[in-house]
Amino acid sequence: MIEHVGTIVHGAEWTAKDLFVFPNEFIYWSIQIVMYPFMTGLVAGAFVLSSLYHVFGMKDLKDMAKFALVFSFALLIAAPMPLMFHLQQPLRGIQVFFTPHFTSAISAFGIVFFTYAIIVAAEIWFVYRIYFVKEALALKGKDGIVNQFMWLVYTLLTLGALDTSEESAHKDEKAVKLLAAIGIPVACFLHGYAGFIFGSVKANALWMTPLMPVIFIMSAIVSGIALCMLTYIIIMEIKKLVVVTSKRPGEVLTAENLKGVEMDVIKKTSKYLIGFMIAAITLELLDLIFRGYTAVKTWDILREVIYGKDFINIFVIQYFLGNLVPFVMLLLPRPSISRMVVALCLVLLGVFMMRWNVVIGGQSFSLTFAGFMHYHMPIIPHSMETFKEGLLGALTIIISPYAFFWVINKFIPSIKTAQN
Amino acid sequence: MKITRRDLLKMGIKAAAVASMPLTIEILTPEQVKAEIEKSDVRWGFLVDTYKCVGCGFCVKACKKENEVPYDAPVTRTWVERYVITKDGRVLADSPNGARDGFNDNRIRGEEVPENEISKAFFVPKLCNHCENPPCVQVCPVGATYSTADGVVLVDRSWCIGCGYCIMACPYGVRFFHPEHKVAEKCTFCYHRIVKGMKTACVQACPFGARQIGNLKDPNDPITKIITTQRVGVLRDEYGTKPQVYYLGLDDNVK
Amino acid sequence: MKNHVWRPLYVVLAVVALILVARYLYVPKDFGIGERGFMYGYHRMSNETEWKEYKVKYQSHEYCNDCHPDKIESILRSTHKVIECENCHGPAVDHPEDPPKLDIDRSRAQCLRCHARLPYPTSSRGRIKGIEPDEHNVEMECADCHNPHSPGMGV
Repeated sequence: MIEHVGTIVHGAEWTAKDLFVFPNEFIYWSIQIVMYPFMTGLVAGAFVLSSLYHVFGMKDLKDMAKFALVFSFALLIAAPMPLMFHLQQPLRGIQVFFTPHFTSAISAFGIVFFTYAIIVAAEIWFVYRIYFVKEALALKGKDGIVNQFMWLVYTLLTLGALDTSEESAHKDEKAVKLLAAIGIPVACFLHGYAGFIFGSVKANALWMTPLMPVIFIMSAIVSGIALCMLTYIIIMEIKKLVVVTSKRPGEVLTAENLKGVEMDVIKKTSKYLIGFMIAAITLELLDLIFRGYTAVKTWDILREVIYGKDFINIFVIQYFLGNLVPFVMLLLPRPSISRMVVALCLVLLGVFMMRWNVVIGGQSFSLTFAGFMHYHMPIIPHSMETFKEGLLGALTIIISPYAFFWVINKFIPSIKTAQN
Repeated sequence: MKITRRDLLKMGIKAAAVASMPLTIEILTPEQVKAEIEKSDVRWGFLVDTYKCVGCGFCVKACKKENEVPYDAPVTRTWVERYVITKDGRVLADSPNGARDGFNDNRIRGEEVPENEISKAFFVPKLCNHCENPPCVQVCPVGATYSTADGVVLVDRSWCIGCGYCIMACPYGVRFFHPEHKVAEKCTFCYHRIVKGMKTACVQACPFGARQIGNLKDPNDPITKIITTQRVGVLRDEYGTKPQVYYLGLDDNVK
Repeated sequence: MKNHVWRPLYVVLAVVALILVARYLYVPKDFGIGERGFMYGYHRMSNETEWKEYKVKYQSHEYCNDCHPDKIESILRSTHKVIECENCHGPAVDHPEDPPKLDIDRSRAQCLRCHARLPYPTSSRGRIKGIEPDEHNVEMECADCHNPHSPGMGV
């Protein structure tokens, strides 16, 4: 029997209780807390990908690296948004920086996140500094409000470092390399922390495992690489499409300007993807097997959740569709673009479902171990709360990094460079 | 005068030092913390006698009214659970509306258990355990919830950001979001009453003395005497929380 | 020319300084570490006082006794002496000033809290005289026949 509860209490609108559940229990952490580790995971993954070029000198990834770096910054701005949407007192969010209580994973996360943002922003600055200087000089003295505004922005962005000599450019490069190298562990730390937020909750039988941070890092890198590959393919395909459609009569299409996706780049990157996927799946399965084998007191209720009510979410969507199918697709010989796109989308789905199954799955059974809670995500909002913590809020979060990227790209053209 | 970068930097560092001064974090050693707590001669503790509880729910009603928790909201600082264990070993439990209106129906979620099939049945009042090691306080990112020197866990309503981490961290499910204040809410042991020498609202409302509050640091306190001389249990001590709500007649089936 | 590499660092330091200044202005001065140390006692000290000053609503029967000693005396002679006045009469708060009249709960549901029969042999509830709510004078209020202040007197 399902007892539906009233509507004034936070969480009550999307929670249905079943059997014996404590009165105060609801799905308090809903879709936005699923989005939050998913987004930070993408940030970390995109940054790691860009570092592959800057640190390990994977020349093939040069275009991808610039894009991945700027895209990572756009994702980074969007990453705290799910938290802000979720907070009951969003205006007080800044207090995490003012009175940090460091015994809390969330508070330490604020500091790590800030550090990480600085590293990414600084790296972008070093990559684009000479471009800023050139733009500022070119725009100087030009008429028109737009030109003057752009001049002002670029002048501020140079931070007064106007030197464009070989020597200074070399210094920039060295700084980029250093920052990218520091950034990798910080990115992993950042996302490991997101895992720690869940893994350290001893009250939650599903969350509490020391493997949680590592599982989160691995799947974060998987999702970040997948998203970057996917966006890279789409951008290159659009580029090719533009060349073909804008062909003037009589013009000969050369292999050079028809060149779309570098299959070699995709192949190389997908090797990393497969590697991290193996690590992620191994850890997740290890966790599952260990829980089943040790079968402590909480296993009874966990088994009912994992093999019962969440079976489709976990085994069909996450493991089969999100892991096994793309894994085979990536490994099969003679990869094609369309197969890659499908495989990458499935990988992203798999990582998203992993977040979902941790966050929502962890709250789908009661602290009584004798009852369940069902999450009904609000689809059509009828209040601010059902918007923020519903489908539309989640879509806002998904779209926002692209909006930020569009704005940032006006000043820091990471795609334009890719087309040159 | 031209301000150089170096000057700016120096000024910045000075300003930063001044700004962070009054809030400089001094970390006390465990010994110091222990010494500070020992200075206080009060440690509030709670005793629940499950044999005496009849499930009338007057405690829940009084708590909601005393502490202005919206009466019809399905959340509550304290509640009463009913356990019916049948002769074939089934455990039926419920707490309709937190037992705000008591238990006046034989049926548990619609299921009627015939009298002769009941092997044991009882009521268990629940409230915040005001743990010695409260995990909810440990995880608060901003210091909006804390434990007082006399052992009461409180929430600062003007400082809570409403992240819900404390709600997730509590193994007893005592925390929730206040429907009006939009911050984490929990039992305060009626701090405003106990510091004035009054009983908590739930203790006062209980007709049968199933709920008692006392000072665990006072060996002559009648409650402390019971806790120290009789066989009492606590809920879920496996989490290392050191709960300070003690139960007489705690059954293994109680969740 | 000086090394430009450190410029982003100056920006970062400026941002950190800004946060610290904002923190100085925004955070109450009594925010700090209490007796329980940093892990369990990091808070705004005046919040303790705020909770201590929270309004008391339930005053107990001793408060009622000041003006209604006759009622107290009568109920103390009955088996209902264990029930606080305010359980039925509602919290006194600042009565008689505010509210001048209390809202008494005379409902059937109020009595059924204890007197709906639940056959629980191992609980005190099983020893309380109870009725079958679905059978015993369903349409009537208990107080029509029983006097809550002297229930032993019967019908």
